[in-house]
Amino acid sequence: MPGLGTSFGRGGATTAQQDLQNADCILIQGSSMAEAHPVGFRWVVKAKERGATVIHVDPRFSRTSALADIWVPIRAGADIVFVGALIRHVIENELFFRDYVVNFTNAPVILREDFRDTEELDGLFSGWDAEARRYDPSSWQYEGDDPSRPTKDPSLSHPRSVFQVLRRHFARYTPELVERAAGISPDLFQRVADALTAASGPDKTAAICYAVGWTQHSKGVQIIRAAAILQLLLGNIGRPGGGILALRGHASIQGSTDIPTLYDILPGYLQMPRAGTDEERLAGYLEKHRKPAGLWTSLPSYVVSLLKAYYGKAATPENDFGFGLLPRVARDHSHFSYFNEMMDGRVEGLFVIGQNPAVGGQHSRFERKALARLRWLVVRDLVEIETANFWYDSPEVRRGELATSDIETEVFLMPAASHVEKEGAFTNTQRMLQWREKAIHPPEDARSEAWFMHQLARRLKQKAEASGDTRDAALRALDWWYPEDEQGEPDMHAVLEEINGYRVAPLEGGAHHGERVAGFDQLSADGSTACGCWIYSGVYGPDGKNRALAREPAGPYGHGWGYAWPSDRRILYNRASARPDGAPWSERKKLVWWDEAAQRWTGHDVPDFQAQKPPSFVPRPGATGLDALRGDGPFVLHEDGLGWLFVPRGLKDGPLPVHYEPLESIIENPVYAQDKNPAVNWYARPENPFAATADPRFPHVLTTYRLTEHHTAGGMSRFLSRLAELQPELFVELSPELAAEQAIVNGDWVTLVTLRGAVEARALVTRRLRPLVIQGRTVHQLAIPFHWGSAGPVRGDVANDLIPFSGEPNVNIHESKALTCGLVKGRRPPDADFVAWFEALTRAGHGDR
Amino acid sequence: MAIGDGTRSPNQARHDFVAKQVRVGFFTDPSLCIGCKACEVACKEWNGVPEDGCRFTGNSYDNTGQLGASTWRHVKFLENDEPLGWSFFSDVCKHCEVAGCLEACPTGAILRNEVGAVYVQDDVCNGCGYCVVSCPFGVIDRRPEPQPGAGGAYKCTLCYDRQIAGLTPACAKACPTESIAFGPLDELREKAKARAKELQARGLTSVRVYDPQHGSVRGTHAIFLTLGDPRRLGLPRRPQAPTSYLASAWAAALFTAALAVAGTFAAFAMALP
Repeated sequence: MPGLGTSFGRGGATTAQQDLQNADCILIQGSSMAEAHPVGFRWVVKAKERGATVIHVDPRFSRTSALADIWVPIRAGADIVFVGALIRHVIENELFFRDYVVNFTNAPVILREDFRDTEELDGLFSGWDAEARRYDPSSWQYEGDDPSRPTKDPSLSHPRSVFQVLRRHFARYTPELVERAAGISPDLFQRVADALTAASGPDKTAAICYAVGWTQHSKGVQIIRAAAILQLLLGNIGRPGGGILALRGHASIQGSTDIPTLYDILPGYLQMPRAGTDEERLAGYLEKHRKPAGLWTSLPSYVVSLLKAYYGKAATPENDFGFGLLPRVARDHSHFSYFNEMMDGRVEGLFVIGQNPAVGGQHSRFERKALARLRWLVVRDLVEIETANFWYDSPEVRRGELATSDIETEVFLMPAASHVEKEGAFTNTQRMLQWREKAIHPPEDARSEAWFMHQLARRLKQKAEASGDTRDAALRALDWWYPEDEQGEPDMHAVLEEINGYRVAPLEGGAHHGERVAGFDQLSADGSTACGCWIYSGVYGPDGKNRALAREPAGPYGHGWGYAWPSDRRILYNRASARPDGAPWSERKKLVWWDEAAQRWTGHDVPDFQAQKPPSFVPRPGATGLDALRGDGPFVLHEDGLGWLFVPRGLKDGPLPVHYEPLESIIENPVYAQDKNPAVNWYARPENPFAATADPRFPHVLTTYRLTEHHTAGGMSRFLSRLAELQPELFVELSPELAAEQAIVNGDWVTLVTLRGAVEARALVTRRLRPLVIQGRTVHQLAIPFHWGSAGPVRGDVANDLIPFSGEPNVNIHESKALTCGLVKGRRPPDADFVAWFEALTRAGHGDR
Repeated sequence: MAIGDGTRSPNQARHDFVAKQVRVGFFTDPSLCIGCKACEVACKEWNGVPEDGCRFTGNSYDNTGQLGASTWRHVKFLENDEPLGWSFFSDVCKHCEVAGCLEACPTGAILRNEVGAVYVQDDVCNGCGYCVVSCPFGVIDRRPEPQPGAGGAYKCTLCYDRQIAGLTPACAKACPTESIAFGPLDELREKAKARAKELQARGLTSVRVYDPQHGSVRGTHAIFLTLGDPRRLGLPRRPQAPTSYLASAWAAALFTAALAVAGTFAAFAMALP
C-alpha cells in the first residue's frame, strides 16, 4: 500500500467503514462497493440517508451506481486524468482548505533546484535512467539537509514550493482533457467537482473509497496517490467522515500485508533485508532503514523483538539476534516471477493455500501450463479446485496442449477447514483485528491452516535437527513453542500472544516467557522482549484481555468491538481533526482535541498522537523519535509530521501522479509523449504478448470485475448451489450499440479474444454499459466477471486467460482493469480445434477478421 | 431508519413475538436495497430449500426467475434505460389476512399461526395444488421432480422456527442495509408511512406504501414501498382472494340449479295432458 503509505505514513485505510456515515460526500472509484463489500456499504447507504452525495465513477453502471446520486462512466484506465483534473480544479479555483494545507501538508516545503517535473521532460521526472529503466530519486528531495525541518513558504507562492510544483504539474489536466481522454463531459465533471468541494472545509468532509479497480493498473499506486493529494488539499484526512478507505478483498487481506504473505516485507512493514548489500549485518540494516524522527526511530526495538519471537533463546546480541538467519531478497520473487521460473523448470515445488491460480491467476492459461512443470504441488482447499485438477481436467489437457501422461507433478490435495471450523484473529479492511471462534469441528481430515503450518514446522524442525546442514540453521533456531490440543491444532491464543509481544524472561521456572507487553512503546532493542508484529502490539496485553475478541461496542466509533491497529485508533492521523492550536475545526466535525485543563489530547477516538504533547510543542535540536516531531504535525510516521502532497522518497515511478496509458490501449497517451509508465515491469517473454496501441484486432476496452454472488476464483462459491444458481454462467456485459454493430442479441454466445487467450461467454446486453467518445471516436467498453473455471457444478471459461503478466513498479500488481480485446460473435471452436484457431486468429499481421 | 445500528438494530435483537402473539410481518423498502441477494441465500440456507436450477436467463442479474416452491425470497432486477436506473425488489409471500391458499386447502395443511402468518404443514399436504391457483400473488407452488420433497406445496414460513426461538427471520437478519425490516405489523405500517413521506419529500412523488387492506385479502403481513406502478413489480393493484367470489359463484350456481329444476318441472307440467 505505498500509495497511502508514502502519502500519510501508514499503508492502511485511514478511516473505518462505520465512519463513512459521517461523510457529506462519498466518492467511490475503482470499486463497486455495493457488490464486493455489501455489508460495509450499509454505511454508505446510511450517509446517503443523512444527506450525503454519493458519486460512483466506473466504466460500468453497477449495483453501486444504482444507489449513487451521480454515476460517471469513465474510460477504464483514465482515473488519473479524472482525479488530476479535480486536483487542478481545487487548486485553480482556490477551493482547497488553506489552513489545513499550509499547516498539515508539505505544500509550503521548498524543493531542490535540480528537480524537474514531467511538465519539463514531457512525461518523465528528473533522475530517469533510461538504460536501467529506473529513477534516481535524489533530485526529488526537499531543499536543505534535514528532512525533518524543511524550508517552508507558508504563503505557498515560492516557485519551488510543493504547492506551486503541484499547480504546474496538474495544469494540463483540464475538463477538456477529461472529456477527450476519459470520455466524461465537462458538465458531469463540474457536478462531481461541485459536490466534492461543497463537502470540504472546517464544517464538512468527504471520503473516497477504492478497491482493486484502482490497484490493478500499471500505475495503480499513483492513482491512489492522486486521491491522497485531493484529500489532503480538501483537508479530509484524519477527520470524521473523511479519509481514504482502501477496501480489501477478503477477510484478512489487510492482515496478510500487516503480517505479510509478501516476499519483500516482514511483519509490521519492516523491510526484508536485501542480498549483497550492506544489510548483511543488523547494524547496516538499521543504519539504512532507521529514521531520525517519528515512530521509525524505534526500528531496532521492532526488529530485535521480531527476531526474538522467531528465534527465542537462539537470538543473542552476540549473533546479531539471528539477523543472519533471515532469508535475503535476491531478486523479484513476486507471483509473476516465480510462475515464469516455474515455466522455465526452475521451481521444484509449490504450496497453494487460499488461492486458485488456475482461475484467479493472471494469464491463467500460462499459469496452468507452468504448474505442469512442478515436481510437487500442495493445494489446501475446501474442494478440488482447478489448481488441484489441472493435470487431468484443465482446458489445456482437453485442447491437447498438455497430456496427463506427460505431467510429472505430484499433487497433494489437503482438505482445509472453513472459517467457521477454526479459530483465530483476522484483520479486516479498516485494520481491525477480530477474533473468530470455532463453531464446529471440521469434517473428517479437514484441518485449519494453522494446524498445517504447525505440523509442517514441527516435522521440518525435526528433519533440520537431524541433518546438521548449515542451510537448515534457521529451522533449528526457530522457537516453535505453541501448545497444541489433542488434534494437534496449535493454541491460537498463544500465537496472538506472540504477535502482541512479551518479556522474554519468565516470571516462574517452567514458563516459556514472561509478562505480555502493553504496547509497542514497551519493546526494547536489547533482546529482553519478543514481538511478532509491532503494529499489533497491545491487542492481547498483560491484563489478559483478548481485544480482538472484544464485543462491547461503545461510543460513536465502536471502541470495545475488536481492536484496530495502531493502539485501537479508528481514524488515523486524527490529530488533523483539530486546528494547529488544538481546538476542533468545528463543532460538527470534532473528533480529537487538546484539553488545556488536563494538558492532554482527548476526544471520541484514541488520539493518534503523543497524548501529552501540547499543540505548541517545538522539538529541541537533536531530539529523536516522537520527541523530534512538532505539536502540530499529525502525520507522525513522517519525520516532518506532514501529509505528503509531493513524495520525496519511497516511490519508484515518480513523486507525483502522472497519466500513462494502460499497457494495452486504444489510444496513445493524450497527455505526454511518454506513453506508458516508464518503470513498469512488462515481464517480457514470448508467451506474454501485448497488443500494440490501436491494434485493429482489439478495438475495445476490457475491464474485469467481481459479482456479489461469487467469491474471487470461485472456490468458495461456485461449488455451493445457493450461490451457483444465482450466477450460473460466465457472461460479458456490453452496450446495445456494440451488440447492434455485431448483430448480437442478449443471451447469445460471444467470444472475447486477446493475445493471451480467448474465452466464450453469454452476452448480457445492457444500457448499463455505454460507448464513450474518446478523442472524437466511439469507443466500446466491455466488462467481464472472472469467477468461473473448469471444476465444480457450474463451469465456464476462465476470464483471467485474457490478462497479461505485468508489474506495477511499486507493488508488482498486474493490469486487469484496463486492457484491449476483440469481440467475436458465437462460441469459440471446440477444444480439439482451439489451439489452431487461436493461433491463426492472433498471429501477428493477421489483421482483419 | 436504523441502518448500521449493528447489534442495536431491531433486526438483530431477540424478541418474544410468538409467546405474546404479536402480529408480525415484513416491511421491504427497495429504496435501500442493493440487490445483493443475501435474503435469497439466507432463506434457502436456513430453510433447507433445494436448488431449483442453474440457468442463465439473460434477464439482468436475475437468474432465479420468480417466487416458487424452492424460491421463497426473490430479488427482481429492473433496469430502466431512460433515465438510467437499476432497481432491486425483494419479493416474498404476503401472508394475507384472507389467504387464498389457506381457504382453498382441502386437507387443512395450510393454517394460520399465532403471529398471523400463513404456514404450510408439509406432512399434511397431499399435493392437490388448489392453493397454487388460489394465490393472488403467484407465490405458492408445488415442487417439481427431481427436487427433494417433490409434489408438495411450499412457500415462506415467515421463519416460524426462528421466531419461536426469538430470532428474526433469516432474510431480514441477513439484509446488510436493513432494506427488509421485520417486526410488529402496526409498527411497520407506521415506519412505512413515514418512509414514504420522507421519500416523497425528496421528490420521489410516485412512492407509495403497498399495503392492500381494502381488497378481499384484507391486508397482508408483508408490506412494501413501490415506486411507480406496483404491477411492474408483480403486485396487483387490487389483489383478491378467490374465495371472495365464492358467495356470488354459489349464488349463481344455485340460481342456475333452481332454474334447471324449475324448468324441468315446467317441462313436465307442460307435457301433462
